[in-house]
Amino acid sequence: MSILVLVEHAEGRPDRLSLEALTVAGSLREPVEAVVIGRWSTELAGGLSGRGIGVVHVVDDPRLAAFAPAARAAAVVQLAAARSASTILAAGSDRGNEVMAHVGAKLDLPMAANVTEVLGGDPLRLVRQRWAGSLLEEATLDAPTKLLTIAPHAVAAADPAPGAAPAVETFSPDLTENDLRVAVARRLEPDRSGVSLADARVVVGGGRGVGSSEAFAELEELAGLLGAAVGVSRVVTSQGWRPHSMQIGQTGMRIAPDLYIACGISGAIQHIVGARAAKRILAINTDAEAPIMSVADYAVIGDLHQVVPAISAEVRRVTGR
Amino acid sequence: MNILVCVKRVPATGGTIVLTADSQDIDTRFLGFTISPHEECAVEEAVRIVEAQGGSATVLTLGPDVASEQLRDAMAIGIDNAVLLQTDGSDWDAYATAGAITDAIRTLETEAGAFDLILFGNEAADTGDFQVGIRVATALGRPVVSGIKGITAAGGQVEARREAAGGGWEVFDLAMPAVLGVKEGLNLPRYPSVPGRLRARKKEIRTIVPTRRAGGPAKDRLRLPEGTESQVEVIGQGPGAAPAIVELFQKLGVLGR
Repeated sequence: MSILVLVEHAEGRPDRLSLEALTVAGSLREPVEAVVIGRWSTELAGGLSGRGIGVVHVVDDPRLAAFAPAARAAAVVQLAAARSASTILAAGSDRGNEVMAHVGAKLDLPMAANVTEVLGGDPLRLVRQRWAGSLLEEATLDAPTKLLTIAPHAVAAADPAPGAAPAVETFSPDLTENDLRVAVARRLEPDRSGVSLADARVVVGGGRGVGSSEAFAELEELAGLLGAAVGVSRVVTSQGWRPHSMQIGQTGMRIAPDLYIACGISGAIQHIVGARAAKRILAINTDAEAPIMSVADYAVIGDLHQVVPAISAEVRRVTGR
Repeated sequence: MNILVCVKRVPATGGTIVLTADSQDIDTRFLGFTISPHEECAVEEAVRIVEAQGGSATVLTLGPDVASEQLRDAMAIGIDNAVLLQTDGSDWDAYATAGAITDAIRTLETEAGAFDLILFGNEAADTGDFQVGIRVATALGRPVVSGIKGITAAGGQVEARREAAGGGWEVFDLAMPAVLGVKEGLNLPRYPSVPGRLRARKKEIRTIVPTRRAGGPAKDRLRLPEGTESQVEVIGQGPGAAPAIVELFQKLGVLGR
């Protein structure tokens, strides 16, 4: 018996969330094997030393060069059967959850998504995320093969330790027409403008309290002065004040800036899960009792329409910008 | 085009989640309910496609009788038909839910022909299982892709696009009948009109009592994550706090230069 971990990668560099999944696998007291799929997998296999992996299975079928979720799942299912895997793990990323759902569907077995803790036993006891992590579920998974994805950042990826390099074996799956019929056909380039919300060191966020599309100019001015990106809560996009691409939260972006300045945002859990990776949160709100205050580090109690322009003026005064 | 949209009724939680005394559920006594966000966009998309191309759109949910509120919300913005897979209100896991929806689709399609397109939300806001649509598509032998934020359906083909990990878009071509898991941002859902609401109130809802498959994960209990609360330092009141805020920016090193 072994644990099979699907390791995703970008041009041969392992995905951070997959390394976290490997770290969880390493804590489960069974031999760990990895599967890497697509172009660059041979290069990736060479770079997976010191991560407690016995065997890396390379699936470098040219038909898998373009991302094809059902075909990837077919490869994982066949390999897991060949290796008598007790457990299959993947990262709780968009692709990881998608491929593992296909694995579950093909095997007609349950799949637990975004697991934060594997407690052990058979049936397997585990903890998983609901509400994007605002709530945890303790659950029991009773199945001949346990299918799990690991919630992002539930554990820190362990640093590689000195040790023997894993054996590298190639695996050739049988892929059907049906497995291959859904694949990335083409890519469209991003339309880039301004500071990217995902990478910004400072994010100025606006919520219902901003009040109108026009009033965002106040936030944009401050953001411009700080080299910050502007983000919004869900109410702003549903009002049509700003596009959904600027939305922070459970159904939008996850941000991780050094500072998040939340202006006129009450702090619904769906918003907070998108911003909780911020190192510091400054809330500007008229309501000192708003839920945002329970996650904020700093607060100014007041009307953002007065406070934000005053901050901009003070930044100009101090920096001469 | 005949389109089926599968939606889930979820509580509209606000700033905090409160659990019931037995830790089995969210205490919803003081909460409203809504269609899970991704699926609100699925409903809107179905209405837009039918408005542009003709055909009909059906909304389906699995839940207790009161979930008919969400079916009527969907009909209020233009969905034609509604199906309730009626439960006693207890939690159905993703495995059981997918089985029940598959059974229902087979029944509906036997009666009235195949749905060209079946839309699911990418994941439900509450349980976050990321799998019901994929399971249903696999059981029905149809192509499926998740995470979709752009749909163009024409001539028996659907072009579906989603955001790529490093920026930009990944585009998929699927032959219909097909299944898509969609995400919020696909469109901006409209608000229902008053006549729309009145019309929806009078429409019939088809009720099917589903069979529950065993074999899914068992929920033992729910709990709130620990240590997420911070100690907030109130820096000041109103615009007079600006100098203190800029000092804070300097201390945090976010003022630059």
